[in-house]
Amino acid sequence: MLLIICPYCGERPELEFAHGGEAHIQRPRDPSQCDAQEWASFLYMRNNTKGVYAERWRHAHGCGKFFNALRDTTTDRFVATYRIGDRP
Amino acid sequence: MQRFSAFTLLKRGLSGQRGWQPQWRRAEPRSGYDVVIVGGGGHGLGTAYYLARAHGLTRVAVLEKGWIGGGNTGRNTTIIRSNYLFDESAGLYDHSLKLWETLSQELNYNVMFSPRGVMMLAHTVHDVQVSRRHVHANRANGVDNEWLTPREAQEFCPPLSISDIRYPVLGAALQRRGGTARHDAVAWAYARAADALGVDIIENCEVTGIRLDSHGAVSAVESSRGVIEAQRVGVVAAGNTSAVMKLAGVRLPLESYPLQALVSEPVKPVFPCVVMSNTIHAYISQSDKGELVIGAGTDAYNSYTQRGGLHISSHALEAVCELFPMFRRLRMLRNWGGVVDVTPDRSPIIGKTPVPGLYVNCGWGTGGFKATPGSAHVFAHTIAHGEPHPLNAPFRIERFAEGNLIDEAAAAAVAH
Repeated sequence: MLLIICPYCGERPELEFAHGGEAHIQRPRDPSQCDAQEWASFLYMRNNTKGVYAERWRHAHGCGKFFNALRDTTTDRFVATYRIGDRP
Repeated sequence: MQRFSAFTLLKRGLSGQRGWQPQWRRAEPRSGYDVVIVGGGGHGLGTAYYLARAHGLTRVAVLEKGWIGGGNTGRNTTIIRSNYLFDESAGLYDHSLKLWETLSQELNYNVMFSPRGVMMLAHTVHDVQVSRRHVHANRANGVDNEWLTPREAQEFCPPLSISDIRYPVLGAALQRRGGTARHDAVAWAYARAADALGVDIIENCEVTGIRLDSHGAVSAVESSRGVIEAQRVGVVAAGNTSAVMKLAGVRLPLESYPLQALVSEPVKPVFPCVVMSNTIHAYISQSDKGELVIGAGTDAYNSYTQRGGLHISSHALEAVCELFPMFRRLRMLRNWGGVVDVTPDRSPIIGKTPVPGLYVNCGWGTGGFKATPGSAHVFAHTIAHGEPHPLNAPFRIERFAEGNLIDEAAAAAVAH
């Protein structure tokens, strides 16, 4: 089980968290102007990086807040966790 | 190819097991091939076999970065079934099941296909409704599936506890044609048969680049054992598909997760079938060696580690102990993880890509083993003809932009 540092609450076990998928995916500003390819890209396409990966977590059984993390998907070691809007 | 039969077994047995030949050559990569398959698991080796057997393409190489069958082919729980909800899935998976039924004879290799029945339990009213819908949908598609009462379920699988548990069994859907097979034998059988038809199987050969020509079409792959020219490349790399396809600049709707499994110490035959329970998350069968083979879930996060959290496998064991109290004192021998590539609609992607000459067969997620022969068969057709087989046409990559998703969350029988 991972130990995850919530930027608001500190180090907690993985069971308190929900994974929120890849981070920094921007929703198209005007969906009505998107073609199907762009919309599919936003909805479904993922980098699925082998290496350091930016992802979202939510401290579901704690403060309830979303935050971002950088984690190496080949070792599961966290490089950093940081608040939404911050830089790592 | 040295053929196997009862007579050769007896003859070699009486002469001290001497005279057996290696089952496939240790091939050196040539400078070029008509088709290069990236990934030497069951799906990739099977694709090479059907390219040679059904389409006459024998200048084919299978590149495997480790050893063949060492990825998810050797890490799954060997369950075979075709009781999928939608027409497209039923077509593809039942095609595969029909190939399983004659695979040992076709390949002259005992893949130990054992149609002992796959029973999926229902524990809630919702489970019952969804399962019965599955039974009806399957039967309408000509796929066998039948509804059992709790008592009938227990008769079919005597160790099953149907009451006095947290989630009593309210019924079960049984596919009698489903069962298990020997996973390693499937990889070895396809490798041997493909090799006999001239296919080169090249192990310890990792693909490090995909070269495109001036028109943007595939021209060669770069590997740890040199550059290999090919106009057609089929990527069948399971959990590593995103990384391989990135070499050609193709993004896919995939996320890779560790999926865990465990085996117990071997015991005498005690368990007659395959039992799956998606509500309390356990699936279990007994291998011919006597080990109980138990499937656990995926972790919540993307990872390429081939491990997983211990709480995931203990959750599966709790469910197994609840359903089968007689197994509470069994010890587990091993647990491991495989990296599975999951699509948003839990259905595979088999077909062409935006890069001419580059084909992909991926997204089998948590349930690709059962589809090995069918997947390989239709993927070989796709590569040979440059167009999909009717059975895999709905599984094209464009379905995500078109909105034609095949929402088989039922691959794990989750509610729709």
